[in-house]
Amino acid sequence: MPDANGEAGELALRIQVQEAAFDTAAELAQLVRPGQSGAQASFTGFVRDFGDAREVCAITLEHYPGMTEAALHDIAQDAARRWPLHAVSIVHRTGRLALGEAIVFVGVTSAHRRAAFAACEFIMDMLKTRAPFWKKEHCADGSAQWVAARHGDTEAAHRWQQAPDAP
Amino acid sequence: MKLRILYFASLHETLGCDAETIDPPPNITTLGALRQWLAGRGGPWQVLAERDDLRMARNQKVARPDSRLDDGDEIAFFPPVTGG
Repeated sequence: MPDANGEAGELALRIQVQEAAFDTAAELAQLVRPGQSGAQASFTGFVRDFGDAREVCAITLEHYPGMTEAALHDIAQDAARRWPLHAVSIVHRTGRLALGEAIVFVGVTSAHRRAAFAACEFIMDMLKTRAPFWKKEHCADGSAQWVAARHGDTEAAHRWQQAPDAP
Repeated sequence: MKLRILYFASLHETLGCDAETIDPPPNITTLGALRQWLAGRGGPWQVLAERDDLRMARNQKVARPDSRLDDGDEIAFFPPVTGG
């Protein structure tokens, strides 16, 4: 497959796995290449109160240090081979997160919106099925349970194999 | 042959173990054979044979049961991922 970055220049890649909260505005600002980036798309995921359990009050995210960063790097590079991207940023938190806190940020910039939208969705679909993170939900009554993988996430990842550039 | 083995998420809770270093018998040469051998410890370890959704990694890359084992490998067993 030809390297789509040929016309977009060198890819700026930022992969962060961290316990600390992140600043979405700062993440967005550092993605833009002034004058070249015509489009930016991003996704931010938050802790919600309805998961496998009801009345979730917090989650704990476990991961596989080393493999996690490598998997996110591979996913970003796969996206950059499919679309002409200027920058990709993936920030994922670990440890205990309270209800409403941001878990994950994915941002991409490109010359055009279609590539930016598609690459952002592709990265999230791949992250959900390939990056070694595991979520445990904590409820107000003190109970806790590991979240089960969703069949829909696997299907979402598979559609990209069938249709190379669009879901 | 020394192997470092890691267990993640619900698996490490079930097993009561998140990491160990082992020296398996010489007839254990593949990842699949290692998994069956570990399951043979019985008790909670049978989960390695019973749960067919478990994933395996060798040196931090997803690997298949027929992957050959080498001295010093880092092996991981884990449930399907649920990040994002």
